[in-house]
Amino acid sequence: MSSRERILGRVRRALADVPQDDPSYGEAVARDYLREHGARSPEETVELLAENLADYRAVVHRCGADELPSVLARLLAERKAATVLVPPGLDEAWLAETDTARVADRVESGAHELDRVDSVVTACAVAVAETGTIVLDGGPDQGRRRITLVPDHHICVVRVPGQVVSSVPQALERLDPARPLTWISGPSATSDIELDRVEGVHGPRTLEVILVG
Amino acid sequence: MSGTFVGMPAFPKAAHEAVGNQTLRANLRHATHTIRAKRAAAVAEVSDWAELREAGKRIKDHTLRHLDRYLVQLEESVTAAGGIVHWAADADEANRIVADLVKETGESEVVKVKSMATQEIGLNEALEAEGIRAYETDLAELIVQLGKDRPSHILVPAIHRNRGEIRDIFTREMSEWGRPAPEGLTDTPAELADAARLHLREKFLRARVGVSGANFMVAETGTLVVVESEGNGRMCLTLPETLISVVGIEKIVPTWRDLEVFLQTLPRSSTAERMNPYTSTWTGTTDGDGPRTFHLVLLDNGRTDTLADEVGRQALRCIRCSACLNVCPVYERAGGHAYGSVYPGPIGAILSPQLRGTGSEIDASLPYASSLCGACYEVCPVAIDIPEVLVHLRERVVQGGPVTREGNKVVLKPAKGHAAERAAMRAARWAFGRPGALRAGQRLASRTRRLHPRTLPGPGKAWSATRDLPPVPAEPFRDWWQRTTGGTTEGTAK
Repeated sequence: MSSRERILGRVRRALADVPQDDPSYGEAVARDYLREHGARSPEETVELLAENLADYRAVVHRCGADELPSVLARLLAERKAATVLVPPGLDEAWLAETDTARVADRVESGAHELDRVDSVVTACAVAVAETGTIVLDGGPDQGRRRITLVPDHHICVVRVPGQVVSSVPQALERLDPARPLTWISGPSATSDIELDRVEGVHGPRTLEVILVG
Repeated sequence: MSGTFVGMPAFPKAAHEAVGNQTLRANLRHATHTIRAKRAAAVAEVSDWAELREAGKRIKDHTLRHLDRYLVQLEESVTAAGGIVHWAADADEANRIVADLVKETGESEVVKVKSMATQEIGLNEALEAEGIRAYETDLAELIVQLGKDRPSHILVPAIHRNRGEIRDIFTREMSEWGRPAPEGLTDTPAELADAARLHLREKFLRARVGVSGANFMVAETGTLVVVESEGNGRMCLTLPETLISVVGIEKIVPTWRDLEVFLQTLPRSSTAERMNPYTSTWTGTTDGDGPRTFHLVLLDNGRTDTLADEVGRQALRCIRCSACLNVCPVYERAGGHAYGSVYPGPIGAILSPQLRGTGSEIDASLPYASSLCGACYEVCPVAIDIPEVLVHLRERVVQGGPVTREGNKVVLKPAKGHAAERAAMRAARWAFGRPGALRAGQRLASRTRRLHPRTLPGPGKAWSATRDLPPVPAEPFRDWWQRTTGGTTEGTAK
């Protein structure tokens, strides 16, 4: 007997007490919880996102669409970034004003190459106001998961209010589970020393979020 | 379960030694009190906590009650997404599967995401025996691995270490494993975290094989979820060419939507955050992004035996948040090592004796490692009634009875060492069934109350060593009730 059959057999014997007419998934799972916490206007939702991102030590900037290229140029200059990694589908116009050398992400570029890049600029798939979270889904303007992980400085552009939802349930509705997702809430952190939060471990130690719109 | 803890003394002995360790007690008190207040604040932020908790409980219960169906569905969807599914009935089988998969890649080292399942099966030791070195990359796991120590907490395995001790371990041991600690390393947490970043980076960048667990597996979509903070998880899940995930069969949820409950309750219960810094989800493999090969090892190792117990099976709802550890007065004083398992604290006290059986001294003593205060039940985000299961397991230890071990029904003999307790309970049953005898006994006790010793003699001595004997009233309640007609006519005791 294979282990598969053995385990499934054990499960079935263990559940001998469960009746044939046990409630179905829909009947058994009550969803009395809220779809979102509190009622807010779209602008208030964006405010809350900014507040919660900052609370977990992300650096938040706000600007209009026409100002984005100059804001990006300024942030890269302030960081003294010599190179910036760019996902293949990022809007060309966003980086029109920066002198920082662009590095394209190629499938064959190894982790060591990524480690030598100073910054990375991406868009996002959705942002969650209540938790201060941005979600990347590997779309063309976000690139592979590794490019937002290995460099030490990540700038993420969120189009507001269109890409912002209030809550986790609303975010999941918008996302495609077939895509590899990365949910990011502030720069990497740890609570492993005396259960006290410290920012900056393996992921980018600086996360800047630009809310555009 | 793993042989890591074989030969552990019973909980009372181990705990007795631990409470004498002043540094350990100070470290634990500081850490658990810090997180307790923060968790309460994070939970208070959401007005529908009770409803989220109930939904989480129901999702998990429903899944467990139809686990065979969801396991088959998960296998289909993971396979359809390009993953390869393996089944492991016990720790040895899981370790063998992983070791063989690593050998097939030709590699002799792996990087690991923090995972309770691989701790439970002793994977690192098993790989070591096969000539494969496993590097722990979670900061606390790294501290434990470098310190040749054992984990003492589910979320923060090095909770028993303070910053000074961690600095000493890094300075002493890092050079043995790779890049040495920076010169003049101090004990500020930020500097320690930075030392870990530098030490591990070379390992991440050259890693070809990653090993992980998972917090959730979605049956409907075949998606796996890892919830973390440091980014070491992301490194292990995306940089290597081969990813091997070892996951307990109880980690399934039926639908993608179900994550909306647990992604709200887990971070708040665990690290007291609205959301943890990083959550990764992946469904099979993705062309050009992340590992090219993905293996999922589904682990039983005592879970189906636990499932067979109608009262005890609720322990399988656990999402490993560790809120019950942080709030437990026994854990706070005894520390995690006394529980003799990778699952310490209240959840460990009900999980370990079910996964491993109550055959060993430590496992038979674990259901007693509690004051039954109920704080663990109150904070549990999936409403596991830990006190209920503790009492249930105590009954099983004392009385014996039918249980399932490795899929077979066996009858457990009553444990040794509980003869006095059984005799006392038998006497109580006899007396409570005979009102006349009970009355006579109570009157006798009242009249002789000045002669009662302060501690019990003989086998009752151990019980009264840590407890005051209750004072016997001058007059039994029923006599008082009769004499004063239920308290309506005033009267004092004779």
